[in-house]
Amino acid sequence: MSGPERWIRSWRVTGHRSSTQPIVEEVQQAIEAAALGEAVAFAVRLAMEEAVANAVRHGHGGDESREFDLEAYVDADEVRLSVEDAGLGFDPDFVPDPTAEENLTIASGRGLALMRAFMTSVTIVPPGNRIELVWRRSSSDSANC
Amino acid sequence: MGSPAFAHIHVDDAGGVLEVRLRDRHILDEGEIRTIGEEIDRALAQSDSTRVVMDFSDVEHLSSSALGLLITLNSRLQDAGGGLCLVHIAAPIGEVFRITRLDQVLSIQPDMSSGRSAVGGDA
Repeated sequence: MSGPERWIRSWRVTGHRSSTQPIVEEVQQAIEAAALGEAVAFAVRLAMEEAVANAVRHGHGGDESREFDLEAYVDADEVRLSVEDAGLGFDPDFVPDPTAEENLTIASGRGLALMRAFMTSVTIVPPGNRIELVWRRSSSDSANC
Repeated sequence: MGSPAFAHIHVDDAGGVLEVRLRDRHILDEGEIRTIGEEIDRALAQSDSTRVVMDFSDVEHLSSSALGLLITLNSRLQDAGGGLCLVHIAAPIGEVFRITRLDQVLSIQPDMSSGRSAVGGDA
C-alpha cells in the first residue's frame, strides 16, 4: 500500500478469540502493507486487543457469544479503529487512574491508559459503548522517514 | 530441572530460584493468561522456592491482563518472603511497564544473572 491507497473494513463478530484474532492479524497485515513500521504495528495491536477485551469483559459481561462491531481504516499516514459493543457503556471519567500511587498494585484497570498512551487519540463515544482509536503520523514521524 | 510438562512456560529450578521462561510471543488472550498463571502455580507447588525470575526473551506483545498476573504473582511471592524479577524485556514492552509505572512496582533486570541476584539467588 502506498500513496493515497486506503484500506477499509468492517466486521460484526462474536467475542470468541477465534473470531477476533483473524481480524487483528488482518489489520496488522494492512499496517505492514502501508509500511507504517513495527512501532505502529505494536501500538495498534496492543490498543485493538485492549479495546476488544474491554468490549467482551465489560460491555458484554464476559459473554463471548455476543456480537459487536469492528471498523478499521489504514492508509500511509493514519490508522483508525472503532469497537462498538452492545452494552450500556461507561463514563471514562469514572475510571481510576492506574498510575496513581494508591492504584499501582491493583491487578486490573490499565487497558484504557495503555490505549491512550500508544495511540494519537482515544475517544469514548457516549453512552460509552463505542471506542474510537486513532494513530496518526506526526510531522516528526515524517521527518524521520 | 527442566519441566517440559507445561505448554506456555519452561521452568528450571536452579539453585533455589525458579527460572520461568515464557514460551508465547503474544501474551494477550485472557484464557491463555489464566493458564500461564496456573502453570506457574503448579511449578511453584513443585518447588520449595518463592523466588522467581521470569524470562521475556520470546515475548513480543502482552496485554493489561498479563500485567495483572505479574502484579498478583509479585505480591504473593513477596508475602511468602520471596520475590519476582523480570528479565530480557524488549523495548516496546519496557515502555508498557514505564507507562503504567509498573517499573516502580516490579523488579526488572537486563539478564538472568542480574535477575537471580535481584531475588537473592546466586548469579
